[in-house]
Amino acid sequence: MNITLTINGKVYTSDIEPRMSLSHYLRETLSLTGTHIGCDTSGCGACTILMGGDAVKSCTILAVQADGCELTTIEGMANGIEMHPIQEAFKENHGLQCGFCTPGMVMTAADLLKNNPNPTEQEIREGLKGNFCRCTGYHNIVKSIQHAAEKING
Amino acid sequence: MIPAKFNYIKASSVEEAVDLLDKHGSDTKILSGGHSLLPAMKLRLNRPELLIDISGISDMKAISEDGDEIVIGANCTHKEILNAELITSDLNILAQAAETIGDIQVRNRGTIGGSLAHADPSSDYPAVVLACEAKIEVTGKKGDRTIDASDFFQGIFTTALEEDEIITAIRFPKVNNGNYQKFYQSASRFAVVGVAAVKNGNEVKVGVTGVADTPYRATAVEKAYNGNSDAASHATDGVEVMADHFADADYRAHLAMVYVKKALEA
Repeated sequence: MNITLTINGKVYTSDIEPRMSLSHYLRETLSLTGTHIGCDTSGCGACTILMGGDAVKSCTILAVQADGCELTTIEGMANGIEMHPIQEAFKENHGLQCGFCTPGMVMTAADLLKNNPNPTEQEIREGLKGNFCRCTGYHNIVKSIQHAAEKING
Repeated sequence: MIPAKFNYIKASSVEEAVDLLDKHGSDTKILSGGHSLLPAMKLRLNRPELLIDISGISDMKAISEDGDEIVIGANCTHKEILNAELITSDLNILAQAAETIGDIQVRNRGTIGGSLAHADPSSDYPAVVLACEAKIEVTGKKGDRTIDASDFFQGIFTTALEEDEIITAIRFPKVNNGNYQKFYQSASRFAVVGVAAVKNGNEVKVGVTGVADTPYRATAVEKAYNGNSDAASHATDGVEVMADHFADADYRAHLAMVYVKKALEA
């Protein structure tokens, strides 16, 4: 099937099988490998991207369902070499260890901070329910998002 | 993981979706948010030959007031439900339940119609739908009909929907004195036990999910209540309590009693 969608501001058109997941489409067809696949069944959140501005798990969406949509992946967060404030905050607060979960954490944080610009620590922890860090580095991930909120709010 | 091959059609109206369902029969599945169906297909627990995507049907996306009732389109996501002013003000019990579902990403995609049609025995909405005595509006080849909540859930992943029928909306009465209490399965966030209670003076309606293979009205609790939360001791009267690796039957029955009591006292 033919699909046309906009990813990080660029328009892509592809002919794909209906059973291809959006996460595989991003990684295998478009080589946008910043989106990671962990559990592949919507538990772990590593594959989180923004679809129409909302955080979604791209492993549990068919690429054909994204036809006509606007997506942002981790590759679309930085502005050239200038990191997004959330990325900067993760770097400055040691918000990552092995880094596998990080793209998903950053994208979920983007949704969280869009809907709640000044979250409490508890609200951040609740917001990250769908993202697993197997290094268990949650402490600094939460700290990073608190710091990111301060940066974004100036 | 990759699902077995299937064809995909995006329906632009309820009529088109019903025609397709009728024409292609039992190897067809309706897709909206896909957050129950797609994982099942990847695990090859389900291998439909055709998916009919109804997520683009905008008529099924509205939340509206109709006199003393609130009508929620089947395509509304959990996020839309928990943020809708009409629901937070006049049907808060449903917003409470929606907020406990999964996580931000799941709530951004999963829909109320999909959740009810899937009828996972540990899903949250059935408890609320039962306690509020909501009505499920469906459309099929023979036309529209309305199914009472008490008739809708028939067993594990089994509902009163016919093969050619689609849920279009759920009609709730306005409820201002309801609450939802839940004991989470800590990884999946599904309900090990979920209890919805709607109080009216010394009377109460109680819906329970997660405890049996079919969500149920705790009628023994309702009869015994009369304003006294000790009625919670009847939480599983006449019910065959489920057992799984998260909670055995005795523990689950105990949790049901504790959470019914919490709901009666909230």
